[in-house]
Amino acid sequence: MARMKFLCDADRCIECNACVTACKNEHEVPWGINRRRVVTINDGKPGERSISMACMHCTDAPCAAVCPTSCFYTTADAVVLHDKDTCIGCGYCFYACPFGAPQYPRVGNFGGRGKMDKCTYCAGGPQQDNTAVEYTQYGSNRLAEGKLPLCAEMCSTKALLAGDGEMIATIYRERVQRRGYGSGAWGWRTAYRENITT
Amino acid sequence: MKRLILAPFLVLLLALAAPSFAQNAPSQAGSGRGTVNAEEMELQRMLQGGRVEGRTSIPDARSEVLIQPQGKAWRDFHNITLAWVGGIAVGGMILILITFYATRGRITIEGGPAGRTISRFNILERANHWMVASSFIVLGLTGLNLTFGRHVLLPILGPYAFANISLWGKIAHNFVAFPFTLGIVVMLLLWVKDNIPNGRDIEWFKMGGGLIGKGHPRAGRFNGGQKMVFWITVLGGGIVAASGYFLIFPFWGEFGVADMQLAHIIHSVLSVLMVAAMIAHIYIGSLGMEGAFDAMGSGEVDLNWAKEHHGLWVEQEMAKARQVVAPSGVKPAE
Repeated sequence: MARMKFLCDADRCIECNACVTACKNEHEVPWGINRRRVVTINDGKPGERSISMACMHCTDAPCAAVCPTSCFYTTADAVVLHDKDTCIGCGYCFYACPFGAPQYPRVGNFGGRGKMDKCTYCAGGPQQDNTAVEYTQYGSNRLAEGKLPLCAEMCSTKALLAGDGEMIATIYRERVQRRGYGSGAWGWRTAYRENITT
Repeated sequence: MKRLILAPFLVLLLALAAPSFAQNAPSQAGSGRGTVNAEEMELQRMLQGGRVEGRTSIPDARSEVLIQPQGKAWRDFHNITLAWVGGIAVGGMILILITFYATRGRITIEGGPAGRTISRFNILERANHWMVASSFIVLGLTGLNLTFGRHVLLPILGPYAFANISLWGKIAHNFVAFPFTLGIVVMLLLWVKDNIPNGRDIEWFKMGGGLIGKGHPRAGRFNGGQKMVFWITVLGGGIVAASGYFLIFPFWGEFGVADMQLAHIIHSVLSVLMVAAMIAHIYIGSLGMEGAFDAMGSGEVDLNWAKEHHGLWVEQEMAKARQVVAPSGVKPAE
């Protein structure tokens, strides 16, 4: 089985936010939640880079480690998913996540956040694959159809890569060698405790 | 002269140059885009604190944080520190009490019950005490469930039953907080005047409060131990309540995830310590001491119990009662 990962080549990202929009549309994500977002660092200064970020599907995921109800699980493809039927909306995963991936449909006064929502790597949830129930709770399940996450698939500059970690790392390494520069794999150190050496 | 003219320019130049030190040096690759390195930035923020953040077009300040390594620190706190502190405090207190009960046994009234009683707590004081007590038990159990339930209850109940209990527990935790806080405020107003620490409390602690040593140290309406319980409840409960309200009204004002992590750390550490303290309070107020429960039960305590534990208070009450029977100025009949 593959070890699925995301890799954003920040030297290619043009901050078009199409990944954000595509994700919202594909999964009909509720108002106020952005499973994916584009952050621009050093905006308007030398060293400006835009990075598309979502759940990184960490090795030893912090969300899973702190969840009071153990609602997280890791699939055979190393995708970190959660069960909204056992999520109690406590907010702990949000405190622990380094990437700000877990979000809640409501502001949450009196603790009424609702069930946590995050990027599923377009892999749905614990419900039967590609059913209406799964779609309402988690959005579409492209992985079960043999497709990769939509955000990466439709990226106009192919900055956002999704797929087996080894394969996308190779693609990135070749790019860096050809063009002579690269700011590295954002979040990889934090999520996978590894780095792509070029 | 020339130097004097140049000096202000030099200062200006330095001031202009200073911010650029904070940024990254120009790229050695010559791409002209400046050098940023993901690995370096993540490592540096992890070691030196701070977060990788920037700008987003989403109107949500939270989304501007790209990477917050503090999540790891919070995770370690929650999974390791809190589990140990809570486990040792609560488990340790239960062990101490079992040992105490096994060696010392139930503390009896030395002179035996007098049969006569004296009024200790009125209905308002008792009602308020039990409001705080019952809310605290709900808050304590549902709170402990969030930290330990996963290891203790989840394997027994299974995921769905446990999730249901935890969900209702969370709702109860959030709403029972209100009567708890109200009770803390009322408690402060009712009892603060009798709970100001004084020299007698030091004596009381030196004599082991009559628990460990022999003999009963003299005490007023509240003895050193009770004053300690009072201040733990009022101050601890106050801080726990404040940090708790901060957590159930997330993101008001300019606060973000870092403030919530801090609020949670304060809330949970104080809470487990309070749970440990209250287990001792419950023990001594019920099983541990003969006659103690009546104070909060019927409100009428045995006179001998009162004399042993609150001698000064009994004297005051007696004096007050005599005042009613024979007001000052009235000469006793001789």
